[in-house]
Amino acid sequence: MPVGPIELLIDPWSSGIDRRALLEVLLLGCVCGPLSFWVKSYRLAYPSESLAHGLLPGLVLGALAGAPLLLGAGAGVAVAAVAVALAGRDERIGSDTATAVVVSGAFGLGVLLALRPEAPTRLQELLFGDPLGVTDTDLAAAGGLVLVGGAALLLLHRPLVAVAFDRASAGAAGLAPGKVRVALLLVLAAAVAVAVQGLGSLLVLAVLAAPAAAVGDRASTPGRAMAAGAAVAAGAGVVGIYSSFHLGGAAGASVALALCAAAAVGGLRDGVRRRGRPGPTAA
Amino acid sequence: MSAAVTVEDAAVGYGGPPVLAGVTFSAGRGTSVCVLGPNGGGKTTLFRAMMGQLPLSGGRLWVDGRPAYVAQSGHARLDFPVSGLDVALMGTLGGRWWLPARKADRERASDALRRVGLADRAGIRFGELSGGQRQRVLIARALVQDSAVLLFDEPLAGIDPTSAETIGAVFAELRAEGRTLLVSSHDVEGALAFDAVLCLNGSQVAYGHPNEVLDRQALQDTYGSELIVLPGGGDGEPRHAVAVQHHDH
Repeated sequence: MPVGPIELLIDPWSSGIDRRALLEVLLLGCVCGPLSFWVKSYRLAYPSESLAHGLLPGLVLGALAGAPLLLGAGAGVAVAAVAVALAGRDERIGSDTATAVVVSGAFGLGVLLALRPEAPTRLQELLFGDPLGVTDTDLAAAGGLVLVGGAALLLLHRPLVAVAFDRASAGAAGLAPGKVRVALLLVLAAAVAVAVQGLGSLLVLAVLAAPAAAVGDRASTPGRAMAAGAAVAAGAGVVGIYSSFHLGGAAGASVALALCAAAAVGGLRDGVRRRGRPGPTAA
Repeated sequence: MSAAVTVEDAAVGYGGPPVLAGVTFSAGRGTSVCVLGPNGGGKTTLFRAMMGQLPLSGGRLWVDGRPAYVAQSGHARLDFPVSGLDVALMGTLGGRWWLPARKADRERASDALRRVGLADRAGIRFGELSGGQRQRVLIARALVQDSAVLLFDEPLAGIDPTSAETIGAVFAELRAEGRTLLVSSHDVEGALAFDAVLCLNGSQVAYGHPNEVLDRQALQDTYGSELIVLPGGGDGEPRHAVAVQHHDH
Protein backbone atom coordinates (compact mmCIF):
# COMPACT_ATOMS: atom_id res chain seq x y z
CA MET A 1 0.00 0.00 0.00
CA PRO A 2 1.49 3.43 -0.94
CA VAL A 3 2.41 5.72 1.93
CA GLY A 4 0.77 9.16 1.95
CA PRO A 5 2.42 12.43 2.93
CA ILE A 6 0.72 12.43 6.34
CA GLU A 7 2.14 8.99 7.12
CA LEU A 8 5.57 10.14 5.95
CA LEU A 9 5.46 12.88 8.56
CA ILE A 10 3.83 10.95 11.39
CA ASP A 11 5.48 7.54 11.17
CA PRO A 12 8.88 8.50 12.69
CA TRP A 13 7.10 9.87 15.77
CA SER A 14 5.28 6.57 16.31
CA SER A 15 8.55 4.75 17.01
CA GLY A 16 9.98 5.32 20.48
CA ILE A 17 13.53 5.12 19.16
CA ASP A 18 12.99 7.70 16.43
CA ARG A 19 10.92 9.90 18.73
CA ARG A 20 13.86 10.11 21.14
CA ALA A 21 16.21 10.79 18.24
CA LEU A 22 13.97 13.61 17.01
CA LEU A 23 13.79 15.12 20.50
CA GLU A 24 17.57 14.85 20.82
CA VAL A 25 18.28 16.72 17.56
CA LEU A 26 15.63 19.34 18.39
CA LEU A 27 17.15 19.98 21.82
CA LEU A 28 20.71 20.05 20.48
CA GLY A 29 19.60 22.38 17.68
CA CYS A 30 18.19 24.84 20.21
CA VAL A 31 21.65 25.32 21.75
CA CYS A 32 24.15 24.38 19.06
CA GLY A 33 22.42 26.44 16.35
CA PRO A 34 22.75 29.72 18.29
CA LEU A 35 26.21 28.68 19.48
CA SER A 36 27.31 28.22 15.87
CA PHE A 37 26.90 31.96 15.33
CA TRP A 38 29.53 32.58 18.02
CA VAL A 39 31.73 29.76 16.71
CA LYS A 40 31.75 31.61 13.39
CA SER A 41 32.12 35.10 14.91
CA TYR A 42 35.03 34.11 17.17
CA ARG A 43 36.55 31.80 14.52
CA LEU A 44 36.31 28.80 16.84
CA ALA A 45 35.57 26.08 14.27
CA TYR A 46 39.08 24.64 14.54
CA PRO A 47 39.13 24.69 18.37
CA SER A 48 35.66 23.06 18.29
CA GLU A 49 36.92 20.29 16.07
CA SER A 50 39.97 19.91 18.29
CA LEU A 51 37.79 19.52 21.39
CA ALA A 52 35.49 17.02 19.66
CA HIS A 53 38.36 14.87 18.42
CA GLY A 54 40.52 15.27 21.51
CA LEU A 55 37.82 13.99 23.86
CA LEU A 56 37.74 10.53 22.25
CA PRO A 57 40.09 8.90 24.81
CA GLY A 58 37.85 10.10 27.65
CA LEU A 59 34.79 8.82 25.84
CA VAL A 60 36.35 5.38 25.31
CA LEU A 61 37.75 5.16 28.84
CA GLY A 62 34.29 6.02 30.18
CA ALA A 63 32.80 3.23 28.08
CA LEU A 64 35.51 0.78 29.20
CA ALA A 65 34.82 1.65 32.84
CA GLY A 66 31.09 1.21 32.37
CA ALA A 67 30.48 4.84 33.26
CA PRO A 68 27.92 7.00 31.44
CA LEU A 69 29.33 8.28 28.15
CA LEU A 70 28.52 11.83 29.24
CA LEU A 71 30.92 11.47 32.17
CA GLY A 72 33.67 10.19 29.88
CA ALA A 73 32.96 12.92 27.34
CA GLY A 74 33.02 15.58 30.07
CA ALA A 75 36.36 14.39 31.42
CA GLY A 76 37.71 13.97 27.90
CA VAL A 77 36.74 17.46 26.81
CA ALA A 78 38.29 18.94 29.97
CA VAL A 79 41.61 17.18 29.33
CA ALA A 80 41.45 18.08 25.63
CA ALA A 81 40.81 21.74 26.46
CA VAL A 82 43.83 21.89 28.78
CA ALA A 83 46.02 20.06 26.24
CA VAL A 84 44.91 22.35 23.40
CA ALA A 85 45.47 25.44 25.56
CA LEU A 86 48.99 24.28 26.51
CA ALA A 87 49.81 23.33 22.92
CA GLY A 88 48.63 26.74 21.77
CA ARG A 89 51.46 28.33 23.76
CA ASP A 90 54.16 26.56 21.76
CA GLU A 91 55.70 29.41 19.79
CA ARG A 92 58.39 27.22 18.21
CA ILE A 93 56.09 25.55 15.72
CA GLY A 94 52.97 27.72 16.01
CA SER A 95 49.75 27.08 17.88
CA ASP A 96 47.89 25.52 14.92
CA THR A 97 50.57 22.92 14.28
CA ALA A 98 51.02 22.15 17.97
CA THR A 99 47.25 21.77 18.41
CA ALA A 100 47.03 19.48 15.38
CA VAL A 101 49.76 17.23 16.76
CA VAL A 102 48.17 17.05 20.22
CA VAL A 103 44.67 16.40 18.87
CA SER A 104 45.83 13.76 16.38
CA GLY A 105 47.70 12.03 19.17
CA ALA A 106 44.66 12.07 21.44
CA PHE A 107 42.44 10.80 18.64
CA GLY A 108 44.87 7.99 17.84
CA LEU A 109 44.96 7.04 21.51
CA GLY A 110 41.18 6.96 21.58
CA VAL A 111 41.02 4.67 18.54
CA LEU A 112 43.68 2.40 20.03
CA LEU A 113 41.67 2.07 23.26
CA ALA A 114 38.39 1.56 21.41
CA LEU A 115 39.83 -1.29 19.35
CA ARG A 116 40.84 -3.31 22.42
CA PRO A 117 38.94 -6.60 22.61
CA GLU A 118 37.39 -5.76 25.97
CA ALA A 119 35.95 -2.45 24.71
CA PRO A 120 32.18 -2.79 25.08
CA THR A 121 31.15 0.00 22.78
CA ARG A 122 31.62 -0.15 19.06
CA LEU A 123 34.13 2.38 17.73
CA GLN A 124 31.83 3.61 14.99
CA GLU A 125 29.21 4.73 17.51
CA LEU A 126 31.80 6.86 19.29
CA LEU A 127 33.13 8.28 16.03
CA PHE A 128 29.93 8.78 14.09
CA GLY A 129 27.32 8.89 16.86
CA ASP A 130 23.97 7.18 16.98
CA PRO A 131 20.98 9.44 17.53
CA LEU A 132 18.77 6.34 17.45
CA GLY A 133 20.59 5.00 20.51
CA VAL A 134 20.10 7.99 22.82
CA THR A 135 18.78 7.15 26.25
CA ASP A 136 16.54 9.08 28.59
CA THR A 137 19.70 10.16 30.40
CA ASP A 138 21.08 11.57 27.14
CA LEU A 139 17.83 13.45 26.59
CA ALA A 140 17.99 14.82 30.12
CA ALA A 141 21.57 15.96 29.46
CA ALA A 142 20.47 17.68 26.24
CA GLY A 143 17.61 19.34 28.15
CA GLY A 144 20.05 20.49 30.82
CA LEU A 145 22.30 21.90 28.11
CA VAL A 146 19.38 23.87 26.69
CA LEU A 147 18.70 25.41 30.11
CA VAL A 148 22.26 26.04 31.30
CA GLY A 149 23.82 26.77 27.90
CA GLY A 150 20.90 28.96 26.90
CA ALA A 151 21.11 30.91 30.17
CA ALA A 152 24.87 31.37 29.72
CA LEU A 153 24.44 32.66 26.17
CA LEU A 154 21.73 35.03 27.38
CA LEU A 155 23.88 36.42 30.20
CA LEU A 156 26.95 36.71 28.00
CA HIS A 157 25.11 38.15 25.01
CA ARG A 158 26.15 41.81 25.25
CA PRO A 159 29.82 41.13 26.09
CA LEU A 160 29.98 38.52 23.32
CA VAL A 161 28.62 41.07 20.84
CA ALA A 162 30.97 43.84 21.98
CA VAL A 163 34.13 41.70 21.93
CA ALA A 164 33.29 40.06 18.60
CA PHE A 165 32.65 43.46 17.05
CA ASP A 166 35.74 45.31 18.32
CA ARG A 167 38.01 43.50 20.75
CA ALA A 168 40.38 46.45 21.21
CA SER A 169 37.70 48.87 22.34
CA ALA A 170 35.70 46.31 24.37
CA GLY A 171 38.58 46.17 26.84
CA ALA A 172 38.49 49.93 27.21
CA ALA A 173 34.74 49.79 27.92
CA GLY A 174 35.42 47.73 31.05
CA LEU A 175 35.08 44.22 29.64
CA ALA A 176 37.73 41.51 29.80
CA PRO A 177 37.85 40.10 26.23
CA GLY A 178 40.01 37.15 27.31
CA LYS A 179 37.52 36.10 29.99
CA VAL A 180 34.61 36.50 27.59
CA ARG A 181 36.33 34.13 25.17
CA VAL A 182 37.06 31.61 27.92
CA ALA A 183 33.39 31.73 29.03
CA LEU A 184 32.32 31.04 25.44
CA LEU A 185 34.78 28.15 25.22
CA LEU A 186 33.30 26.65 28.39
CA VAL A 187 29.79 26.73 26.88
CA LEU A 188 31.22 25.26 23.70
CA ALA A 189 32.96 22.46 25.60
CA ALA A 190 29.73 21.59 27.42
CA ALA A 191 27.84 21.52 24.11
CA VAL A 192 30.48 19.26 22.55
CA ALA A 193 30.39 16.87 25.52
CA VAL A 194 26.59 16.54 25.30
CA ALA A 195 26.17 16.59 21.51
CA VAL A 196 28.85 13.97 20.96
CA GLN A 197 26.45 11.37 22.42
CA GLY A 198 24.21 11.65 19.41
CA LEU A 199 26.52 12.80 16.64
CA GLY A 200 29.84 11.24 17.56
CA SER A 201 33.34 12.64 17.75
CA LEU A 202 33.68 13.16 14.00
CA LEU A 203 30.25 14.52 13.06
CA VAL A 204 29.45 16.75 16.03
CA LEU A 205 31.24 19.67 14.37
CA ALA A 206 28.47 19.79 11.76
CA VAL A 207 25.91 21.07 14.26
CA LEU A 208 28.40 23.62 15.68
CA ALA A 209 29.52 25.08 12.36
CA ALA A 210 26.99 24.44 9.61
CA PRO A 211 23.96 26.39 10.97
CA ALA A 212 25.81 29.71 10.98
CA ALA A 213 27.16 28.98 7.51
CA ALA A 214 23.60 28.33 6.35
CA VAL A 215 22.35 31.60 7.85
CA GLY A 216 25.30 33.53 6.38
CA ASP A 217 25.25 37.31 6.71
CA ARG A 218 21.53 37.81 6.15
CA ALA A 219 20.51 38.36 9.79
CA SER A 220 20.32 42.00 10.87
CA THR A 221 21.20 41.37 14.53
CA PRO A 222 23.16 38.73 16.46
CA GLY A 223 19.92 37.67 18.16
CA ARG A 224 18.23 37.02 14.83
CA ALA A 225 21.30 35.18 13.55
CA MET A 226 21.18 32.95 16.64
CA ALA A 227 17.44 32.30 16.25
CA ALA A 228 17.90 31.48 12.57
CA GLY A 229 20.79 29.16 13.51
CA ALA A 230 18.54 27.34 15.98
CA ALA A 231 15.84 26.94 13.32
CA VAL A 232 18.35 25.62 10.77
CA ALA A 233 19.98 23.21 13.25
CA ALA A 234 16.66 21.84 14.52
CA GLY A 235 15.15 21.70 11.03
CA ALA A 236 18.15 19.96 9.47
CA GLY A 237 18.26 17.57 12.43
CA VAL A 238 14.63 16.59 11.85
CA VAL A 239 15.22 16.24 8.10
CA GLY A 240 18.19 13.98 8.84
CA ILE A 241 16.21 11.69 11.15
CA TYR A 242 13.30 11.57 8.70
CA SER A 243 15.56 10.68 5.79
CA SER A 244 17.28 8.05 7.91
CA PHE A 245 13.87 6.59 8.86
CA HIS A 246 12.49 6.48 5.34
CA LEU A 247 15.66 5.75 3.37
CA GLY A 248 17.39 3.54 5.90
CA GLY A 249 20.69 5.47 6.13
CA ALA A 250 22.82 6.00 9.24
CA ALA A 251 21.02 8.55 11.40
CA GLY A 252 24.08 10.52 12.60
CA ALA A 253 25.51 10.85 9.11
CA SER A 254 22.08 11.80 7.73
CA VAL A 255 21.80 14.64 10.26
CA ALA A 256 25.32 15.85 9.46
CA LEU A 257 24.62 15.73 5.72
CA ALA A 258 21.35 17.63 6.12
CA LEU A 259 23.21 20.33 8.11
CA CYS A 260 25.97 20.58 5.52
CA ALA A 261 23.41 20.71 2.70
CA ALA A 262 21.74 23.66 4.44
CA ALA A 263 25.15 25.35 4.71
CA ALA A 264 25.83 24.74 1.01
CA VAL A 265 22.47 26.23 0.02
CA GLY A 266 23.13 29.24 2.27
CA GLY A 267 26.59 29.71 0.76
CA LEU A 268 25.23 29.62 -2.79
CA ARG A 269 22.45 32.03 -1.89
CA ASP A 270 24.90 34.50 -0.28
CA GLY A 271 27.26 34.23 -3.24
CA VAL A 272 24.49 35.14 -5.67
CA ARG A 273 23.31 37.98 -3.43
CA ARG A 274 26.80 39.48 -3.03
CA ARG A 275 27.33 39.61 -6.77
CA GLY A 276 24.29 41.84 -7.14
CA ARG A 277 25.02 44.15 -4.20
CA PRO A 278 27.15 47.34 -4.13
CA GLY A 279 29.78 47.59 -1.37
CA PRO A 280 29.81 50.19 1.45
CA THR A 281 30.18 53.83 0.48
CA ALA A 282 33.78 54.97 0.15
CA ALA A 283 35.33 57.49 2.56
CA MET B 1 43.92 74.15 36.37
CA SER B 2 43.83 70.65 37.88
CA ALA B 3 45.32 67.81 35.87
CA ALA B 4 43.22 64.97 34.41
CA VAL B 5 46.30 63.09 33.21
CA THR B 6 49.70 63.02 34.87
CA VAL B 7 52.58 60.96 33.53
CA GLU B 8 56.03 60.98 35.13
CA ASP B 9 58.98 59.29 33.45
CA ALA B 10 56.75 56.40 32.35
CA ALA B 11 58.16 53.38 30.54
CA VAL B 12 55.95 50.74 28.89
CA GLY B 13 56.70 47.47 27.13
CA TYR B 14 55.19 44.18 26.09
CA GLY B 15 57.08 41.94 28.47
CA GLY B 16 60.54 42.71 27.07
CA PRO B 17 62.48 45.95 26.96
CA PRO B 18 60.30 49.10 27.00
CA VAL B 19 59.06 50.21 23.58
CA LEU B 20 58.22 53.60 25.01
CA ALA B 21 60.21 55.33 27.75
CA GLY B 22 60.85 58.70 29.34
CA VAL B 23 57.32 60.05 28.93
CA THR B 24 56.51 62.98 31.20
CA PHE B 25 53.59 65.31 30.72
CA SER B 26 50.47 66.62 32.38
CA ALA B 27 47.15 67.48 30.71
CA GLY B 28 44.63 69.73 32.42
CA ARG B 29 40.85 69.36 32.37
CA GLY B 30 39.23 70.73 29.26
CA THR B 31 42.41 70.60 27.22
CA SER B 32 43.35 68.73 24.06
CA VAL B 33 46.67 67.05 23.36
CA CYS B 34 47.75 65.90 19.91
CA VAL B 35 50.03 62.87 20.09
CA LEU B 36 52.34 62.82 17.09
CA GLY B 37 54.72 60.09 16.09
CA PRO B 38 55.55 57.55 13.40
CA ASN B 39 53.94 54.11 13.26
CA GLY B 40 55.54 52.11 16.04
CA GLY B 41 56.52 55.32 17.83
CA GLY B 42 54.47 54.45 20.92
CA LYS B 43 51.18 56.35 20.49
CA THR B 44 48.88 53.33 20.86
CA THR B 45 51.20 51.85 23.50
CA LEU B 46 50.79 55.00 25.59
CA PHE B 47 47.00 54.81 25.21
CA ARG B 48 46.97 51.14 26.24
CA ALA B 49 49.02 51.99 29.33
CA MET B 50 46.57 54.77 30.16
CA MET B 51 43.70 52.26 29.89
CA GLY B 52 45.48 49.87 32.24
CA GLN B 53 45.94 47.24 29.55
CA LEU B 54 49.75 47.42 29.75
CA PRO B 55 51.65 47.69 33.04
CA LEU B 56 54.31 50.32 33.45
CA SER B 57 57.87 49.06 33.69
CA GLY B 58 58.89 52.34 35.25
CA GLY B 59 57.63 55.75 36.32
CA ARG B 60 54.10 56.81 37.24
CA LEU B 61 50.86 57.35 35.41
CA TRP B 62 47.56 58.69 36.71
CA VAL B 63 44.32 59.18 34.79
CA ASP B 64 41.08 60.63 36.14
CA GLY B 65 38.75 57.62 35.98
CA ARG B 66 38.52 55.05 33.23
CA PRO B 67 39.28 56.72 29.91
CA ALA B 68 37.05 56.14 26.88
CA TYR B 69 38.94 54.87 23.85
CA VAL B 70 38.20 55.17 20.17
CA ALA B 71 40.36 52.73 18.24
CA GLN B 72 41.04 53.13 14.55
CA SER B 73 37.84 52.17 12.74
CA GLY B 74 39.70 49.42 10.88
CA HIS B 75 39.66 47.35 14.08
CA ALA B 76 35.87 47.05 14.05
CA ARG B 77 34.30 44.26 12.00
CA LEU B 78 32.24 45.35 9.04
CA ASP B 79 30.59 41.94 8.58
CA PHE B 80 29.15 41.78 12.09
CA PRO B 81 25.36 42.35 12.26
CA VAL B 82 25.11 45.43 14.49
CA SER B 83 23.58 48.84 13.84
CA GLY B 84 25.02 52.22 14.75
CA LEU B 85 22.73 52.28 17.78
CA ASP B 86 23.93 48.84 18.88
CA VAL B 87 27.54 50.06 18.69
CA ALA B 88 26.78 53.22 20.65
CA LEU B 89 25.01 51.08 23.28
CA MET B 90 28.26 49.18 23.85
CA GLY B 91 29.41 52.28 25.72
CA THR B 92 26.98 51.38 28.53
CA LEU B 93 28.52 47.95 29.18
CA GLY B 94 30.91 48.98 31.96
CA GLY B 95 28.76 48.21 34.99
CA ARG B 96 25.94 45.74 34.30
CA TRP B 97 26.97 43.77 31.26
CA TRP B 98 24.81 40.75 32.08
CA LEU B 99 21.52 42.67 31.79
CA PRO B 100 19.77 43.91 28.64
CA ALA B 101 20.14 47.60 27.80
CA ARG B 102 17.64 49.80 29.66
CA LYS B 103 15.52 52.54 28.16
CA ALA B 104 17.84 55.12 29.75
CA ASP B 105 20.83 53.42 28.09
CA ARG B 106 19.10 53.61 24.71
CA GLU B 107 18.38 57.29 25.22
CA ARG B 108 22.04 57.98 26.06
CA ALA B 109 23.13 56.09 22.95
CA SER B 110 20.62 57.96 20.78
CA ASP B 111 21.79 61.29 22.21
CA ALA B 112 25.39 60.42 21.45
CA LEU B 113 24.51 59.53 17.86
CA ARG B 114 22.66 62.83 17.58
CA ARG B 115 25.78 64.69 18.76
CA VAL B 116 27.83 63.17 15.96
CA GLY B 117 25.11 63.92 13.40
CA LEU B 118 23.92 60.37 12.86
CA ALA B 119 20.50 60.30 14.50
CA ASP B 120 18.92 59.39 11.18
CA ARG B 121 21.43 56.57 10.57
CA ALA B 122 21.04 54.85 13.96
CA GLY B 123 19.34 51.75 12.53
CA ILE B 124 21.71 51.27 9.60
CA ARG B 125 24.07 48.32 9.81
CA PHE B 126 27.56 49.49 10.83
CA GLY B 127 29.26 47.89 7.84
CA GLU B 128 26.96 49.72 5.44
CA LEU B 129 27.96 53.16 6.70
CA SER B 130 30.70 55.22 5.04
CA GLY B 131 34.17 55.30 6.62
CA GLY B 132 33.56 58.73 8.16
CA GLN B 133 30.17 57.72 9.51
CA ARG B 134 31.65 54.58 11.05
CA GLN B 135 34.27 56.71 12.80
CA ARG B 136 31.51 58.97 14.15
CA VAL B 137 29.58 55.95 15.47
CA LEU B 138 32.70 54.79 17.32
CA ILE B 139 33.06 58.27 18.78
CA ALA B 140 29.41 58.13 19.86
CA ARG B 141 30.17 54.91 21.74
CA ALA B 142 32.97 56.73 23.60
CA LEU B 143 30.66 59.66 24.38
CA VAL B 144 28.18 57.26 26.02
CA GLN B 145 30.89 56.20 28.46
CA ASP B 146 30.81 59.72 29.90
CA SER B 147 34.53 59.64 30.75
CA ALA B 148 36.58 62.60 31.92
CA VAL B 149 39.43 61.55 29.60
CA LEU B 150 38.96 60.40 26.02
CA LEU B 151 41.62 58.78 23.85
CA PHE B 152 41.28 58.89 20.06
CA ASP B 153 43.53 56.78 17.86
CA GLU B 154 43.89 58.58 14.52
CA PRO B 155 40.21 59.54 14.32
CA LEU B 156 40.60 61.72 11.24
CA ALA B 157 42.61 59.30 9.10
CA GLY B 158 41.05 58.90 5.68
CA ILE B 159 37.58 60.27 6.42
CA ASP B 160 35.37 62.62 4.44
CA PRO B 161 35.37 66.42 5.10
CA THR B 162 31.82 66.39 6.53
CA SER B 163 32.74 63.80 9.12
CA ALA B 164 36.00 65.60 9.91
CA GLU B 165 34.09 68.84 10.48
CA THR B 166 31.54 67.10 12.74
CA ILE B 167 34.28 65.40 14.73
CA GLY B 168 36.09 68.73 15.13
CA ALA B 169 32.90 70.30 16.50
CA VAL B 170 32.41 67.39 18.93
CA PHE B 171 36.00 67.80 20.14
CA ALA B 172 35.31 71.50 20.84
CA GLU B 173 32.14 70.61 22.77
CA LEU B 174 33.97 68.00 24.83
CA ARG B 175 36.67 70.49 25.78
CA ALA B 176 34.03 73.02 26.74
CA GLU B 177 32.51 70.37 29.03
CA GLY B 178 35.85 70.09 30.82
CA ARG B 179 36.87 66.76 29.31
CA THR B 180 40.46 66.03 28.36
CA LEU B 181 41.22 64.74 24.89
CA LEU B 182 44.32 62.91 23.69
CA VAL B 183 44.26 62.48 19.93
CA SER B 184 46.92 60.54 18.06
CA SER B 185 47.58 61.77 14.57
CA HIS B 186 50.04 62.04 11.71
CA ASP B 187 48.72 65.46 10.73
CA VAL B 188 51.42 67.91 11.77
CA GLU B 189 49.48 70.85 10.33
CA GLY B 190 46.33 69.83 12.23
CA ALA B 191 48.31 69.59 15.49
CA LEU B 192 48.56 73.39 15.56
CA ALA B 193 44.89 73.56 16.59
CA PHE B 194 45.49 71.62 19.83
CA ASP B 195 46.35 73.04 23.24
CA ALA B 196 49.47 70.88 23.42
CA VAL B 197 51.50 68.47 21.33
CA LEU B 198 53.24 65.33 22.56
CA CYS B 199 55.86 64.00 20.13
CA LEU B 200 56.82 60.34 20.56
CA ASN B 201 59.35 58.18 18.82
CA GLY B 202 60.12 55.34 21.21
CA SER B 203 60.59 58.01 23.85
CA GLN B 204 59.27 61.48 24.42
CA VAL B 205 60.78 63.92 21.94
CA ALA B 206 58.89 67.01 23.02
CA TYR B 207 55.79 68.23 24.86
CA GLY B 208 54.25 71.67 25.00
CA HIS B 209 52.29 74.27 23.09
CA PRO B 210 52.35 73.55 19.34
CA ASN B 211 53.97 76.88 18.50
CA GLU B 212 56.79 76.15 20.93
CA VAL B 213 57.22 72.48 20.16
CA LEU B 214 56.79 72.03 16.43
CA ASP B 215 60.13 73.19 15.17
CA ARG B 216 62.28 71.54 12.53
CA GLN B 217 64.46 69.67 15.02
CA ALA B 218 61.53 68.21 16.98
CA LEU B 219 59.82 67.05 13.80
CA GLN B 220 62.97 65.45 12.47
CA ASP B 221 63.60 63.72 15.80
CA THR B 222 60.00 62.46 15.75
CA TYR B 223 59.65 61.35 12.16
CA GLY B 224 63.20 61.14 10.84
CA SER B 225 63.27 60.33 7.13
CA GLU B 226 59.48 59.88 7.01
CA LEU B 227 58.98 63.64 7.15
CA ILE B 228 58.51 65.94 4.18
CA VAL B 229 58.69 69.64 5.01
CA LEU B 230 56.90 71.94 2.61
CA PRO B 231 57.66 75.67 2.28
CA GLY B 232 55.29 78.29 3.64
CA GLY B 233 56.03 78.63 7.37
CA GLY B 234 56.88 81.95 8.90
CA ASP B 235 60.00 82.79 10.96
CA GLY B 236 61.96 80.13 9.18
CA GLU B 237 59.99 77.36 10.91
CA PRO B 238 58.16 74.59 9.08
CA ARG B 239 54.44 75.09 9.33
CA HIS B 240 53.50 72.80 6.45
CA ALA B 241 54.93 69.43 7.22
CA VAL B 242 53.62 66.07 6.11
CA ALA B 243 54.42 62.84 7.88
CA VAL B 244 54.54 60.01 5.36
CA GLN B 245 52.95 56.94 6.91
CA HIS B 246 52.24 53.51 5.57
CA HIS B 247 49.24 51.87 7.15
CA ASP B 248 48.68 48.16 7.13
CA HIS B 249 44.93 48.45 7.46
